[in-house]
Amino acid sequence: MKRQAEGDECRHENSMKRAFPIFAVLTAVLLSYALYEALVAAPTEQTMGNVQRIFYYHVPSAWTAFLLFFINFVCSIQYLVRRDKVADSIANWVAIVLGVAACAAAVVIRPLPSGVEPSSVATTGLAITGLYFLVKRYFSGSRTDALALVTAEVGVVFCTVVLVTGPLWARPVWGIWWTWDVRLTSTLVLWLIYISYLMLRRFSASGQTPVLAAALAIFGALDVPLVYFSIWIFRTQHPQPVIGGGGSIDPRMLHVLLINWLAFLCFAALICWSRYRLEVLQREVEEIHAMKGLQDPRSSG
Amino acid sequence: MNFLYAAYSATWIIHIIYLVILVRRYHSLRNEIDELKKGKPTPGH
Amino acid sequence: MSKPPGAVAGVIQATLAKDLRLEWRSKDAINSMLFFSLLVVVVFSFSFDPNAEESRQIAGGLVWVAFLFAAVVALGQTWARELRNQVLDAYRVSPAPANSLFLAKALGNFIFVAILELLMTPLFIMFYKLRALGPAWQLIPIAALGTWAIVVNGTFFAAMSLRTRSREIMLPLLLFPVCIPALLAMVNATTAILTGELSAKFWIVLLTTYDVVFTIACLLLFELVLHAE
Repeated sequence: MKRQAEGDECRHENSMKRAFPIFAVLTAVLLSYALYEALVAAPTEQTMGNVQRIFYYHVPSAWTAFLLFFINFVCSIQYLVRRDKVADSIANWVAIVLGVAACAAAVVIRPLPSGVEPSSVATTGLAITGLYFLVKRYFSGSRTDALALVTAEVGVVFCTVVLVTGPLWARPVWGIWWTWDVRLTSTLVLWLIYISYLMLRRFSASGQTPVLAAALAIFGALDVPLVYFSIWIFRTQHPQPVIGGGGSIDPRMLHVLLINWLAFLCFAALICWSRYRLEVLQREVEEIHAMKGLQDPRSSG
Repeated sequence: MNFLYAAYSATWIIHIIYLVILVRRYHSLRNEIDELKKGKPTPGH
Repeated sequence: MSKPPGAVAGVIQATLAKDLRLEWRSKDAINSMLFFSLLVVVVFSFSFDPNAEESRQIAGGLVWVAFLFAAVVALGQTWARELRNQVLDAYRVSPAPANSLFLAKALGNFIFVAILELLMTPLFIMFYKLRALGPAWQLIPIAALGTWAIVVNGTFFAAMSLRTRSREIMLPLLLFPVCIPALLAMVNATTAILTGELSAKFWIVLLTTYDVVFTIACLLLFELVLHAE
């Protein structure tokens, strides 16, 4: 029985390894096409001119970063509740209820705030539930922790891109490099929290790292909505320029935006996949070192 | 316009830096694995 | 088998009393903290020397940043002492629930930091010629809620960073990002009271929400952090 399971896993591994280069090529093609669309094919914006095209890199990077951080949050929760059956089932139910509630809200709540489509609310809800159970099914045990680390790292990379492209867009259009508006500030705090997360992972003693990091991720997840809300109050008291604006978007621009998002999602998946394999390999090597240390205490690892 | 190119370049520079870091870590890990393989000619059991 | 509330309160009381007694006897921590707080006030006063009108606008930020730095140094001290005497291992095997330990530690830190603030405040008032144009009594709940916000998360993160390398720098690294909404609320509420221009109500509500959310989170997660190995 065990041999068969190992054989299955070997075959699974091999097919994954073969799929990787194909996926990489597809992603490269998609990214090039998306770049072309963003720089050439997309219509030029009326007020901002060509600089507005930064939008096609800035926004997809932000959405990708948020998605990655959300996956990290899911991994953290699953790691913390995995031992306690009651907490585990509560978490399962919360994930299901959120998805159902989002779909219900999309149908029932009218009118929705401006710029928010019912379809995106429903999709977000289903994505939350879907991601929760997908992670649970395919990444369990210590792999949950590995995935948490991977998504945090890659999320920080994408978040850095957001924080660099944001001011580069703001300066020529609104004349200022930075403003403490809701979205920029929340993104900055999210970035800071996850950098501190990565530092904690690096500096903590290896046995405790997964639990401590998971707890920090929970704190971060609680903090960001509070940041958003506090800046929102601050802004109602001290109105300031809004970067990025809100409201509706030209359908041709929306198309380019979504193409770029798809391209960056694939790119993020590629990087996460590579980083994940690297992490798994690293943990195996560390285990071997540890075993060697046990078997022969005289030799140092 | 310069800002546009700066933003796109910055994006790719950041991604490339991260990928380079990953590749280097992979190579050093590979070396470590080769060392380990060389270092245990005697079987464990 | 859950403990009766009397027992839990008893544990909290005992731990708190022990901590306060130890602090009082050792006195080095208190003395060095007091001096540090004084230095912070003086340095800030040299760096920013506004007139009375301007000072009302910026004092809120200055005071709370000074308190935050003093609190971080104080928080780092308290757990370090426990670690030196391996008290932490004793906690882990004791039957006392982890929550009570956490609450006792947090309350002890709160008292400690509150004393520091009480000592720093008159100095700030003097150096910056501060006078509140709004309802000054509101500053008391703001100070209490704000200090609790810093202390509750600070105690939690101090416990987390205990066995990390670079322990001293780890605490502010973890605490500052998470504290940002509370800091914003404290500073703006204080400024609103000092300048008398705006109402501090929203900020007080936000601070209260922050305190409730993070106190619950700390209580729920502390046991895991304490036993993480």
